[in-house]
Amino acid sequence: MTPTRRKPPRVGDGPIIRRLLIGTTLFFGAILVLAPLLVIAVEAFGQGLKAYAATIAHPDTRHAIFMTVATALIAVPVNTAFGLAAAWAITKFDFWGRRFLLVVIEIPFSISPIVAGVAYLFVYGLQGLFGPMLEAADIKILFALPGIVLASMFVTAPFVARELIPLMQAQGRDLEEAATSLGASGWRTFFSVTLPNVKWALLYGVVLCNARVMGEFGAVSVVSGNIRGQTNTLPLHIELLYHDYQAAGAFAAASILATLAVVTIIAKVALERRGAGRRPALAAVAKEQNAGTRP
Amino acid sequence: MKRNVLPGLPLSLGITLFYVGLIVVLPLAALVFKAASLGPAEYWAIVSSPRAVASYRVTVLSALVATAFNLVFGLALAWVLVRYRFPGRRIVDAIVDLPFALPTAVAGIALTTLFASNGWFGSLLAPLGIKVAYTPLGIMVAMCFTSLPFIVRTVQPVLEDLDPALEEAAQSLGGSDRAIFLRVILPLLMPALLAGLSLSFARSLGEFGAIIFIAGNQPMETEITALLAFIRLEEYDYQAAAAIASVLLITAFLMLAATNLLQARALRYTARS
Repeated sequence: MTPTRRKPPRVGDGPIIRRLLIGTTLFFGAILVLAPLLVIAVEAFGQGLKAYAATIAHPDTRHAIFMTVATALIAVPVNTAFGLAAAWAITKFDFWGRRFLLVVIEIPFSISPIVAGVAYLFVYGLQGLFGPMLEAADIKILFALPGIVLASMFVTAPFVARELIPLMQAQGRDLEEAATSLGASGWRTFFSVTLPNVKWALLYGVVLCNARVMGEFGAVSVVSGNIRGQTNTLPLHIELLYHDYQAAGAFAAASILATLAVVTIIAKVALERRGAGRRPALAAVAKEQNAGTRP
Repeated sequence: MKRNVLPGLPLSLGITLFYVGLIVVLPLAALVFKAASLGPAEYWAIVSSPRAVASYRVTVLSALVATAFNLVFGLALAWVLVRYRFPGRRIVDAIVDLPFALPTAVAGIALTTLFASNGWFGSLLAPLGIKVAYTPLGIMVAMCFTSLPFIVRTVQPVLEDLDPALEEAAQSLGGSDRAIFLRVILPLLMPALLAGLSLSFARSLGEFGAIIFIAGNQPMETEITALLAFIRLEEYDYQAAAAIASVLLITAFLMLAATNLLQARALRYTARS
């Protein structure tokens, strides 16, 4: 849009209303969003750098960091592969039930993480579907890393797919069809044609997925069993320290995740400048598909 | 229909269905199965027990208040970000997403510390007789925080794409700012507002991490439904946990249906204008 000078002032451009609105929103924004970030920093370093370093270096904290990173290292790549597969299937082909599949993929987004955790208990727990079988085979899923990874995969299932699907839908199939008709294999088409076209959106989804996996609390809280120094991820370790009246330690651990959040937001803004993240809702995609992709 | 020459449908669809089946559908089916294995009478006794009903009341009321606050605040924030230019605007725009990026447990302890009676804000409110932490008000604050971005992010793009000619036409006909906002702009924003509203409300109903730190978690008073399900699990009362979780699940599906309906409507609306 080109800026045009000397236009009549638009609605709400009066100096009083303008200042009032900016002032009020910034005031509430500062209270609700900025203050929590500040209080984490203040509380984390409130007892000096030494206490901060001691909390971070504590074996339980280090183990919690390890658990969180290990969970992300498994859950995020698997989720990314799923997102790519789902996007390829849904946007490059027409098949019965495609719209329904889109809705199912988005389900975890609207479900309470506690419900997810409880649900996993009824699959892999002793009182669940496979519990007795797993117990007999001596395979531990719940109250161990696999359970944490599975629960994290549930809550983040839509993250990569919902960035890719609207974009790949908008880009259509022409380029891929041209590549295959010129003799490129499916994988070659995917890696040299599709992937370069969606790389920023893909990275965007991966960044958000990673932030959610590393920060997930409710679902993981149910399936981890909260065993100190064994199955605690970083968010669970924060809760444990906080309820142990070690507020400074809890905030020191929290400062790691807060830093991750800030880095995530910076990455998000950088990727949005490259065009990622401007997506309509999946429901909208389904509508478009039904309306007009077929000649 | 055009002949499809692209390869990879069996593989990609196979992976997708396997993953969705294993990760999403199977656990939810197991939960429904478990809840359904209770007899209707037993199920009803659990989900209509006074403690459960009190938890629905506090959850729904807090979510309503938080959503109403975010409706006004989110709309104002979207308006300010789209319509005005001021120093720091882009930082504010970026920081709106913080509630999505900040882990809920971190948000929970930060908000509790701020609003506890000796905290930065709690100590200012205490002389006025307002207690936030460990009261329903605290639950509302936590919900406001976690669902803040929804309405801003659904309204913002619609506001950006609003055709200035509409406003100019209304102005040239002598409409006051107030009248133009209420009768021209707001109706155009309405579908996006409603979609954001339902997302925001659904998120508040299911929120757990941020709330349990600040709520105080007194049964009958400040105990949210998600926490009640969690407590029943810790008491090894798996059937009650399944029943209460199934209530949250059903609510989530109803909200999902409402959101999809509203979004589809919003799309139709924007496509027309």
